[in-house]
Amino acid sequence: MTLPAIRRVSGTALPLRGDDVDTDRIIPARFLVSITFEGLGAHAFEDDRLSLKAKGETHPLDDARFWGARILLVNRNFGCGSSREHAPQALFRGGIRAVVGESFSEIFFGNSVAIGLPCVTLSRDSVGELQTLVEGAPKSAFSLDLESGTLVAEGKTFSVSIPANAREAFLSGHWDGTSMLLDRFEAVEELAKRLPYVAGF
Amino acid sequence: MAATLLSKVWDLHSVRKLPTGQTQLFVGLHLVHEVTSPQAFEMLRARGWKVPFPSRTVATVDHIIPTLSLARPFADAQAEEMLTSLQRNCRDFGVPLYDLGSLEQGIVHVIGPEMGLTQPGMTIACGDSHTSTHGAFGALAFGIGTSQVRDVLASQCLAMDPMKLRRIDVTGRLAPGVYAKDVILAIIRTLGVKGGVGYAYEYGGEAVEHMSMDERMTLCNMSIEGGARAGYVNPDAVTFAYLKGRPAAPKGDAWERAVAWWSLMASDPDAAYDDRVTLDGAALEPHVTWGINPAQSASVTGRVPKAADAAPEARVQIAEALEYMGFAGGEAIAGTKIDVAFIGSCTNGRLSDLREAARVVKGRRVAKGVKALAVPGSNAVRLAAENEGLDAVFREAGFEWRGAGCSMCLAMNPDRLEGREVCASSSNRNFKGRQGSPTGRTLLMSPAMVAAAALAGEVTDVRQVLGDGR
Ligand code: SF4
Repeated sequence: MTLPAIRRVSGTALPLRGDDVDTDRIIPARFLVSITFEGLGAHAFEDDRLSLKAKGETHPLDDARFWGARILLVNRNFGCGSSREHAPQALFRGGIRAVVGESFSEIFFGNSVAIGLPCVTLSRDSVGELQTLVEGAPKSAFSLDLESGTLVAEGKTFSVSIPANAREAFLSGHWDGTSMLLDRFEAVEELAKRLPYVAGF
Repeated sequence: MAATLLSKVWDLHSVRKLPTGQTQLFVGLHLVHEVTSPQAFEMLRARGWKVPFPSRTVATVDHIIPTLSLARPFADAQAEEMLTSLQRNCRDFGVPLYDLGSLEQGIVHVIGPEMGLTQPGMTIACGDSHTSTHGAFGALAFGIGTSQVRDVLASQCLAMDPMKLRRIDVTGRLAPGVYAKDVILAIIRTLGVKGGVGYAYEYGGEAVEHMSMDERMTLCNMSIEGGARAGYVNPDAVTFAYLKGRPAAPKGDAWERAVAWWSLMASDPDAAYDDRVTLDGAALEPHVTWGINPAQSASVTGRVPKAADAAPEARVQIAEALEYMGFAGGEAIAGTKIDVAFIGSCTNGRLSDLREAARVVKGRRVAKGVKALAVPGSNAVRLAAENEGLDAVFREAGFEWRGAGCSMCLAMNPDRLEGREVCASSSNRNFKGRQGSPTGRTLLMSPAMVAAAALAGEVTDVRQVLGDGR
């Protein structure tokens, strides 16, 4: 079964500055005590938001100027730490449809692909430029095109990177990998028979 | 041609090249727990898929279980729902479950090895980032997300991209009072929290060769904190001695054949690596984290950094960490006051960890005002510790002795920090809010160092406690 292809994400953007933002911050563990992913969107970055609020400051997620944003702008090593898929799920359920950043933790990246959330990378300078742009003009129009590997922001074009495999998965609608893994199941059974610890030493 | 364990195990488990360019990799052992599996089982039901290899799958419950009372239903209705749903899922899909109250229940990364399920040459996956722990046995073990848990349940396979391999040699022998925890904290401090992205780590060298399996598990456990998805130690006589006689280990003639095959899996001596790093193990001191990621640590004789002294790139991050932790910058890390001491977790909740900590606290008292918890990583660890009388040693010193589980490693059960409490913790993550209070503070260190901190009420060099003539 093939899922809908993901070629393009357009909309406004939300700047979220900081390196090494871990998944405990994206979705604190206490919200993992549930058997579904429902309702996670409302709790994204909850602790960061509360602590800023206590200081009289506003987290970008609480800033009405950025409401409705579909593209998240982040910095280096975004999504490090715990493997919880709840992190991309919380972002996705909060309306985010693509993440643009300097770099991503591998597990976060993989989890994001698996739920249909493209993560693409740009240089530190370009990410900073885009974050500054959006902070000044929150309604700037962004359009990410996975096919051409470009991000157009207010008319200016940036070329973004995404690993070829992930790009192919989005464009071909193979980002939900299970069906693909079940395609040649005889080969899996054959291989299992050759492994001594499965077949018996 | 000379090959590494990584490439041997990878090749043996490769089913085919996928249309996306990734490799379809067979998973030899799939470990399941209550937090990351319910949505995956639900997706199987929705598609009408079955679990084709239920006997290559094992489930347990660890994150949400209370460590004080196992009475059902749990006070937390959502935790109760998670356990009930795991029980139902395992029943419906034929997956063996080491359930609450069973002798085998415990933290998933503690029970796999102690039951002998974790073996050299395997591929192991679990919806939990600390799956790297199992690499201690010379297995290729990595954490996966919930969609991948679904993939493995439904197909026993994963779509994987290749990993590069970094060999990390720890030379010399560790000094007394210095443990595997200090080694891995030092490695992460040196290479950074993202130094391992794209890599698996192969640990070796004299210090690692002399480590027990418990210590090798601590080392591999925190590979992920350095960004490496997997970390492993080549299987050797220490590995085989640990596995011999374990419930799931091969028996009789099969044992000899297994040892022969396992030995073949080890990296060849002249194998090539993508990168090599060497660390002087003999020079290492006990480590303590001062910040909000595991790379932000110092020797116990060292100081908390000043943001102004750091490279411009790092300043903002250090300043953020110092502000959160309440450090001015520049103070000695020893002497930092603590409110809570936590010994446990999949990093350091094994029998040898409890023994080392008990050796420190024996005949002494926890400082006034410090809440101290000793939490075995599994029921088997708990029973073994109680047989040796370690529970009594902890209790007499003023520690609480708890039931097995993840406990205060993360905030998914009743054990958590309150307000801005500072916790000396043997766990693996010092992220903001990790231990349950959004403003709680975590100092990572070895179990022996946690024990010393509990006695003094502040961060203390455990070598002084151990060295005072007893
Ligand atoms: S002890 Fe901590 S790190 Fe280990 S599995 Fe449990 S929650 Fe995760």
